[in-house]
Amino acid sequence: MSLTEQQYAPGEHPDLPAPLGEAGLIAWFKKRLFSSIGNTILTIITLYFLYDVLSTVIFWTLTGATFVGETKADCTLGGACWLVIGDRFHQFMYGLYPKTEYWRPNLTFVLMILAIIPVLFDKIPHRGKFLLFSTLFPFIAFFLLSGGLGMETVDSSDWGGLLLTLVLGVTGIVASFPIGIVLALGRRSNMPIVRTLCVCFIEFVRGVPLITILFMASNMLPLFLPEGVNFDKLLRALIGVALFSSAYMAEVIRGGLQAIPKGQFEGADAMGLSYWQSMRLIILPQALRIVIPGIVNTFIGLYKDTTLVSIIGLFDLIGIGQVAVADVKWRGLAPETYVFIALLFFISCFSMSRYSLWLENKLHTGHKR
Amino acid sequence: MKFGKVLFVAAAAASVMTAAAQAGTLEDVKARGELQCGVATPLPGFANPNADNVWEGLDVDVCRAVAAAVFGDPMKVKITPTTSKERFTVLQSGEIDMLARNTTWTFSRDVNLGFEFVGVNYYDGQGFLVNKSLGVTSATELDGASVCVQTGTTTELNLADYFRAQGMKYETVPIATAEEGAKVYDEGRCDVYTTDASGLYSLRSVLAVPADQVVLPEIISKEPLGPLVRHGDQQWGDIARWTLNTMIIAEELGVTSANIDEMTSSNNPEILRLLGVEGNMGEQLGLDSKWAYNVIKTVGNYGESFKTNLTDTLNIERGINAQWKDGGLLYAPPMR
Repeated sequence: MSLTEQQYAPGEHPDLPAPLGEAGLIAWFKKRLFSSIGNTILTIITLYFLYDVLSTVIFWTLTGATFVGETKADCTLGGACWLVIGDRFHQFMYGLYPKTEYWRPNLTFVLMILAIIPVLFDKIPHRGKFLLFSTLFPFIAFFLLSGGLGMETVDSSDWGGLLLTLVLGVTGIVASFPIGIVLALGRRSNMPIVRTLCVCFIEFVRGVPLITILFMASNMLPLFLPEGVNFDKLLRALIGVALFSSAYMAEVIRGGLQAIPKGQFEGADAMGLSYWQSMRLIILPQALRIVIPGIVNTFIGLYKDTTLVSIIGLFDLIGIGQVAVADVKWRGLAPETYVFIALLFFISCFSMSRYSLWLENKLHTGHKR
Repeated sequence: MKFGKVLFVAAAAASVMTAAAQAGTLEDVKARGELQCGVATPLPGFANPNADNVWEGLDVDVCRAVAAAVFGDPMKVKITPTTSKERFTVLQSGEIDMLARNTTWTFSRDVNLGFEFVGVNYYDGQGFLVNKSLGVTSATELDGASVCVQTGTTTELNLADYFRAQGMKYETVPIATAEEGAKVYDEGRCDVYTTDASGLYSLRSVLAVPADQVVLPEIISKEPLGPLVRHGDQQWGDIARWTLNTMIIAEELGVTSANIDEMTSSNNPEILRLLGVEGNMGEQLGLDSKWAYNVIKTVGNYGESFKTNLTDTLNIERGINAQWKDGGLLYAPPMR
């Protein structure tokens, strides 16, 4: 018994590898980039522009840049002069924080990472204990950064750079989330006074730009207070940022609540759950999951909005960048400074968006298309 | 809502505490142990923290001088950076005790806003920067020039007035920021750059070939910049005024931070009065008898401060900020 011998033309046998030019890298190039004369021309033009742009960028940032030296005069290669970043690096990180006390922001940063991990990832052993630490962290951080009880007190006006940006961003994010949930629930409440208050707050805050709120906090508030009384400027900015972002957060979360079918609410009621139980166990877990992209969007927006505090005289990353630019030793190095700041922001914001993607994938049960 | 309540309670509590201390700024400052002084958010030469986190600049030196006069220690001052919009509010609200933030002394600020300017520590004014190759030595020769000017500023209006009064024509090249201006000017898109003279000098240091640029002698507007305090506390105003005057007089008399100890045995009675060897001027101000000595010893006289902050770094010449004896405008009343 023998199988029927099938005849194949040379080179056509199905077990043979695809001929060169039909698969693999070369085929990909041929099909996608050089399939016709028009496409070939477009490819070449695009490649030329890519080369032109990339070579300039690489020259400016790396090959033509100066990394070692003492003064601006050492920057002779024609590219970026990164010396200004090295000279002022500690200020980009800590602002005008006393140099001998740098271990305090450093320790706070490490503790912050430890406090955030159990919040972000649920597979941590002993998560409950760690979460307790996370709740205590804001107080520990405040104590560490501002001092007292034997440690040198550091005035909040000396906080700056990445430290200040993180303080503003993290506090804003942490405060706006719960406040936003409460406001969103309040806005959908059946109690007229609660609902009206929430609607008024949300609409008022959303109706004015953040910059106005910061100006009010820094310029008007002190005039209403009796002479000699002053509220910490950073605290005023923090309250402004937190209230502003919670109004936006409330609307994002309300979007999630709207998307939950009425049956879920009724089902929760039928189970005999109280209002808070049904929200906590049934409604919010579903609603929040739907709006993860919106929430992270608001977080990222808030984090970048913190740069506005530089216009009320706080030295956040942008503010400290202006300090570096105004240094007569480094006059004219604004591009280097701002590129560096942009890089720092990109790292933070990109990590946030990657985390949100990961979280969406993890929680995709039943909704993923 | 809750925030408002907290605010109210805090305010009420604090007002009770400070009610007794309202009387004199000097007492407040002494009780606090440090002076609170407002300066500009980074402004090259006038106020900027250096790489060691220490504030430096001509305006900062005025703050340090007042701290030295009160405490004998120029570092006992908390420097608060203020933006141009919030500077008056923070002074009015008492967040700072004095403001040294290159602020122009005008009628309305002095009278209407309720401040007291205690002197002038920098005479600024709008000037013109040109390239030497243009061969221009006076602003009156600028007929038909293209002028770089920041839009929406009083600078623009002054420029229009000046050229109209001189019967000259010009072409505006609008720019938004100083950084952009430097680029536009370097590329030769305008013949002349105009802004306040201090700004011109600071711009010159960023240009490609600073040595080729020259600031023309004509100054077409008056911008006397000086420190200010709140109205109503004469004693505190006097302290700030005479601290600034001390720095100016010290330069006039040749007293510097280096030679001050020899000067205490000088035979010039004005120097002896200044340094507290004779008379009781410190006592009259409510200060230590060596107040002026401390100012000059720790901060230096006006000329020293000008040199370290402006001449050595930004190549700003003394110009109209020279002593009256040298043909400038600096003229402090006699110390007697």
